[in-house]
Amino acid sequence: MMLRAYFIAAVFLLSLTGLTSAAYSSGLVNNDSANELKVFSDPEMRQRYYGLIAELRCPKCQNQNLADSDAPIATDLRNELYLLINDNYSDADILEFMESRYGEFVLYSPPVNSVTAVLWIIPAGLVLLGFAIVAFIVLRNQESDETNNV
Amino acid sequence: MRLGPLLALGQWLFLVVAFICLSYAFLTDDFSVKLVAMHSNSALPWYFKMSAVWGNHEGSLLLWVLILASWTLAVGYASQSLPLDMRARVLAVLGMISIGFLMFIIFTSNPFERLLLNPVADGNDLNPLLQDFGLIIHPPMLYIGYVGFSVAFAFAIAALMTGNLDAAWARWSRPWTNVAWAFLTIGIALGSWWAYYELGWGGWWFWDPVENASFMPWLAGTALIHSLAATEKRGVFRSWTVLLAILAFSLSLLGTFLVRSGILVSVHAFASDPTRGLFILAFLVLVIGGSLLLYAIKAPAIRSGAKFGLLSRETFLLINNILLAIALSVVLLGTLFPLASSALNLGSYSVGPPYFNAMFVPLSLPMIVLMGIAPYISWKRSNKISTAIPKWLIAAFVALLLAGLGTFSLSNQYQQDFNWLAFITLAVSLWLIVSTALHMLSKAKHQQGLITGLKRLSVSYWAMVIAHCGIAVAAIGIGLTSVYEQQKDVRMLLGDDISVSGYRYQLTAINTFEGPNFSGTRGDITVFDGDTVITVLQPEKRFYYAARNVMTEAAIDPSLTRDLYVALGEELGEGAWAVRVHVKPFVRCIWLGALMMAFGGFLAVTDKRYRSKGALNV
Amino acid sequence: MSKPSRIKLFIPLFVFVLLALVFLQLEKRMISGDYDPSMLPSALIGKPLPAFSLTTLDNADLVISTIDLNNKAALINVWATWCVSCRVEHAYLNTLAENGITIFGLNYKDDRQKANQWLARLGNPYQLNLFDVDGKLGLNMGVYGAPETYVLDANGIVRYRHVGVVDNKVWQSKILPLGLNWQ
Repeated sequence: MMLRAYFIAAVFLLSLTGLTSAAYSSGLVNNDSANELKVFSDPEMRQRYYGLIAELRCPKCQNQNLADSDAPIATDLRNELYLLINDNYSDADILEFMESRYGEFVLYSPPVNSVTAVLWIIPAGLVLLGFAIVAFIVLRNQESDETNNV
Repeated sequence: MRLGPLLALGQWLFLVVAFICLSYAFLTDDFSVKLVAMHSNSALPWYFKMSAVWGNHEGSLLLWVLILASWTLAVGYASQSLPLDMRARVLAVLGMISIGFLMFIIFTSNPFERLLLNPVADGNDLNPLLQDFGLIIHPPMLYIGYVGFSVAFAFAIAALMTGNLDAAWARWSRPWTNVAWAFLTIGIALGSWWAYYELGWGGWWFWDPVENASFMPWLAGTALIHSLAATEKRGVFRSWTVLLAILAFSLSLLGTFLVRSGILVSVHAFASDPTRGLFILAFLVLVIGGSLLLYAIKAPAIRSGAKFGLLSRETFLLINNILLAIALSVVLLGTLFPLASSALNLGSYSVGPPYFNAMFVPLSLPMIVLMGIAPYISWKRSNKISTAIPKWLIAAFVALLLAGLGTFSLSNQYQQDFNWLAFITLAVSLWLIVSTALHMLSKAKHQQGLITGLKRLSVSYWAMVIAHCGIAVAAIGIGLTSVYEQQKDVRMLLGDDISVSGYRYQLTAINTFEGPNFSGTRGDITVFDGDTVITVLQPEKRFYYAARNVMTEAAIDPSLTRDLYVALGEELGEGAWAVRVHVKPFVRCIWLGALMMAFGGFLAVTDKRYRSKGALNV
Repeated sequence: MSKPSRIKLFIPLFVFVLLALVFLQLEKRMISGDYDPSMLPSALIGKPLPAFSLTTLDNADLVISTIDLNNKAALINVWATWCVSCRVEHAYLNTLAENGITIFGLNYKDDRQKANQWLARLGNPYQLNLFDVDGKLGLNMGVYGAPETYVLDANGIVRYRHVGVVDNKVWQSKILPLGLNWQ
């Protein structure tokens, strides 16, 4: 009886999906009169741009990324990023560009080196330790359980 | 010992008087008080004058200490079932913390400092960012939350001092901790929601050090409310629960230090000076160092001896605590790493959202999966697994099916490829909801029907169900909005339009207007779905006279399935404006989920075990 | 068996003490002026200036791509007329120039005419002024706001970057101790 209910729900949802996609496919042709401030020839480049400005820190602001900051330097850096992406710099090249000018401070995703390694080693170690603790406590409490219940 | 509650009342009354005095100074524009001159203005609306009382370092500390006194008073008068000496110790610990903060206020952060020699005609105005409803209630809620963890802390210290760590201290602590945790949940959710609509960029969490400073006590508190359950019911993990109780409040204190010492860069951080930081640090060393030392010396090194099997609720709570502890450690590590590397001259690093998200997601997804299994597991040993397995299979099937359909539909709607992260998040969250629902339905089986059966379920069980489903709802919101949100930054002239995610936004008007203490420009953006008008959004740009800075007020059309979000950017000349347009799917679910969690937390305290003769007796 | 487990209970205290020491160190350095969380260390320290090709402020036809240091250390001061602190700093720069310190200017995202008028009115301590109208050289140097001052040694290597106003205190405590050859 339960299975029948689920089957009906599934069919209902499938049809809903079909309807919604039909409704939205009509909106796919855009006749926008406004232009984006930064126009990219390729949607992937646009995606990369938005990803990078979220990942890079504004050098001047109080802990904001380039995307959210109104500071003049942030505007300049966003413009520079736009140019670099259109010049076919890769993500790694762009991050290196920023780091060589402003230091590792501007990377919200910290670079991996001997100092920052601890950021990944400690969590990994804690996960292993966690497994060990669970195993240890559970086994310990089981053993005495078995020896006590004869 | 009997004087305790009376003295707590006295402390509370005096602090209320102090708080009223400060509020009066703000409300009557008494600019001879330095704080009022720095943070208020005669043109400021009265409700913002009120919030200006705690919109600064000194005033917020007074609020902190008032809230601590309120919790102390509550403990003093609502603890009829506590033995006298226990209550006395708990109140004493709370009192000592209060003394520390009061000394800090009196010696370094006096809110009543006067400008008698150089009076000013008018004040600098409250920071326009803070002139907002969300900011009125966000700090009080937050403070009630993490100051509330001081109660569990005090109980833990009192238990350590007597050496008596049986289940009683856990039983007494639970309701206080649940309420504090619920308030902290609301406080954090309010902060996130406020940032979302006020800051103009559509972000709702940035892993900013100050945000983390409130999130870490929350993680510890969540672990604590679960660990207390195990310690109360089965007497296990006694030593760990005591440590957690100390940790939760210690993290609150650590947060206070980080935010006010000046060692952090954050838009949230109070402007403060390093000498204040040293004072707080000394206080931290005394309180946290002292309590951890007490823990090391007096915590039980001997196990309680209670046994439990592999498939038992104890094991699941242990795993829950370990996962939360790892999450907490990761957030702590990421927050403190830049500080430590600067202190040791190893470089100036930033640790931001990419790191935290990458660490947090793999930790939380397994936790949600296990949460779906947990209600079926009984204490000590689970014998009824065979009846649970069919329900798990059904839940998994339904979850995967709905998640697949949902992801497919959303990918279609938002013109993206099928996204695996969205699918997994949906699947895992729906699994939690369905699995919990199935458990509830089977538990509510009653010969007189389902409704009667549901009514007979205990309040604390309902609380668990609602809170856990709240996590699932929040996870859905977080996952879907992160994956499917769309944004465009465009240049718009009057009459221009732009399409985002199937909605058409058209700039139909631009007007200037005057506010109480600012002048503003308001844009009318009409939103169309096909040919129907959905709404007219009115984003604003405001120039505040006294503070002389410009604020963006975003306009939002909210809905559970999507938020339409518009903000004005710069004026670009020739009548054109930069406009930022967002569509944010399911973002409301994040705060709905948080509200559900908080509701569950409050509900749990109304369980009948805490009620005697109709009154709450904790 | 209780001894080893008792030691384990001291771990949280130990971790906390380490943390407190880190915080104490930070606070001490903040009080001594050595640490400011909003100040970025320059990525150019130990490196030469990036390549550039800019006109000078007073001559729009003269394009320069090298700076001649004459085997002396020099300052490169990033300034602009829209920068309020630069005006505060200017008097001290004039004093340094009078004492034979070589100062080059980088006029950052400014208006040529306004900048020249400014210098005519307030004095010109600069041997040379590069006109970086779009801020490109500034960006390549890691400038994030004016005023900033870069200290070059006689070989043209950047040794120190100061963000903010250079006054006598900064000169004595931060720049002189570098032990460079200024004359």
